[in-house]
Amino acid sequence: MLALLTDIPWAIVLILLPLTAGMVSFVFPRLAKGLSLGTVLITVLAVAGLGWQLHYIYGGTYQHAIGGWGAPLGIDLHADGLSLLMLTLTALVALGVSVYSSVYFTREQAIRFWPVWLFLLAALNALFLAADIFNLYVTLELLGLSAVTLTALLGGKAALDGAMRYLLATLLGSLSYLLGVALLYHSYGSVDIAILAARVEATPAVWAALGLMGAGLMLKTALFPLHFWLPRAHASASAPVSAVLSALAVKASFYILLRLWLAIFSPLAESAASLLGVLGAVAILWGSLQALRQTRLKLLIAYSTVAQIGYLFLAFPLAVATAMPAWNAAAYLALSHALAKSAMFMVAGNLLRFGSHDRIADLDRVVQRLPLTASAFALAGVSIMGLPPSGGFIGKWLLLETALGQGRWDLAAVMLIGGLLAAGYVFKVLGHAFTEASVTHVAGAVPRTMEWAAFLLALAAVLLGLLAAPVLSWFDLSEVAGMQGVSP
Amino acid sequence: MFALVGAGLFALGLYALIIHAHLLRKILAFNVMGSGVFMILVALAKRSGDVVDPVPHAMVITGIVVAVSATALALTLMLKLNAASGHARLNDDSQD
Repeated sequence: MLALLTDIPWAIVLILLPLTAGMVSFVFPRLAKGLSLGTVLITVLAVAGLGWQLHYIYGGTYQHAIGGWGAPLGIDLHADGLSLLMLTLTALVALGVSVYSSVYFTREQAIRFWPVWLFLLAALNALFLAADIFNLYVTLELLGLSAVTLTALLGGKAALDGAMRYLLATLLGSLSYLLGVALLYHSYGSVDIAILAARVEATPAVWAALGLMGAGLMLKTALFPLHFWLPRAHASASAPVSAVLSALAVKASFYILLRLWLAIFSPLAESAASLLGVLGAVAILWGSLQALRQTRLKLLIAYSTVAQIGYLFLAFPLAVATAMPAWNAAAYLALSHALAKSAMFMVAGNLLRFGSHDRIADLDRVVQRLPLTASAFALAGVSIMGLPPSGGFIGKWLLLETALGQGRWDLAAVMLIGGLLAAGYVFKVLGHAFTEASVTHVAGAVPRTMEWAAFLLALAAVLLGLLAAPVLSWFDLSEVAGMQGVSP
Repeated sequence: MFALVGAGLFALGLYALIIHAHLLRKILAFNVMGSGVFMILVALAKRSGDVVDPVPHAMVITGIVVAVSATALALTLMLKLNAASGHARLNDDSQD
């Protein structure tokens, strides 16, 4: 029995299952909810299974040639610590989001939500398992299109406007990325990441490809100053969708950027790392200040995402000298941000249901009347601010330690100011949540499931801080190609 | 030669995408940009002599499929937005 479980090619299950389930639930809307919840549960198990296989059978990396064709011509699947990290993050957030959505949507909306959501899950899983840059393009497009559809789901004017902006940004990003793929393919005759890594040299075509792909992916990751589309798209979507977009969709393009950087570009373009670092630093300050200025809760959370993405990019310049601590920090930040931010958007959804508005100043005695939701926001806020013992704290601490170790006082200062500003915007919301608003309102009913889903995700983000050592050794990023860096 | 024309189309599409406010023009601009990329891919497929590399052609076909579905989605969104707000452009006021 156990042998049977360990022999299943979990990586393929991760892609095919949500895809098939998505199509079935499109054809049979009645089955959609049960099917989706089952699929997500199996996804969590499959990620665990894949992790087990990586550790005890394949010894760090897993390679699968689809249809037995193999690398130069066929399409390969590739899994290592980094993919496992992203897959785990996706599975955990997906579980929370699915439970939340099972009571959030009306019947009418749910029929449209489940199939697209499962397609998005399949696209994410396929993206994290892709081994070549063209396959990454295809999955990126699948992800973009399904994410845009989910954004437009509510159908109001604001949602459609946000979705349209998102679509334009995401298409521009993909086209730019595709042009980069074309240049790389022309230069080296392959789209396989490992083959490209072996062949690549510093030619003008490679520089152009780096610029095009980098710009496209930064646009999709919403790194400052290419973040203009994000706040409106994320704030206008429904709560579970915003959670998915903020926690997972931007991380996907960050993953591609990181992957390409590690395998292909980092030996050539160390100067580009400082540029990414500067953009990240500006993103932290700008995003946090904007978040502080917002009067609507969802916009505040969306700008906070802009800021938190900045932290991920700080790892690039720091990794030039000391690779492992910086990447571990980025991994930890990505994981805890995904959990905390999805919890925050769910809280926003609960409050929207509760008071039918999300104006921060008019939050009316939320703590007394929705204690679970308020504590979910507080816990998620702890992780976003980076207070101990949360996962966000571990990530920021590792990053800060690396920055100080290298004498990068400028980056350390930005991190600390970012943390203070984050505390500012989290407490701004919590402060209003405690007090009675000038305009009181009757409380709308918030289903318990929605409260618990948000609370458990936020709790997971905090608990992550207590499990730092086992988590980091489980994902074992030092085995990932290119992670160790090339410098002495 | 064709590759240069492709690059030109890409730049032209990007320019049109940025300056036009009407969504239909933006969507058309995307298709022009996409055609530019595909043209570059096909043009660069011919390496040396008469041997043509078929892989970029396969990529272009995939790309066209993606572009068609993206265009369809964009047009649907545009029509819905038009029905909801009465005009087919993005709202520029920051208040909702």
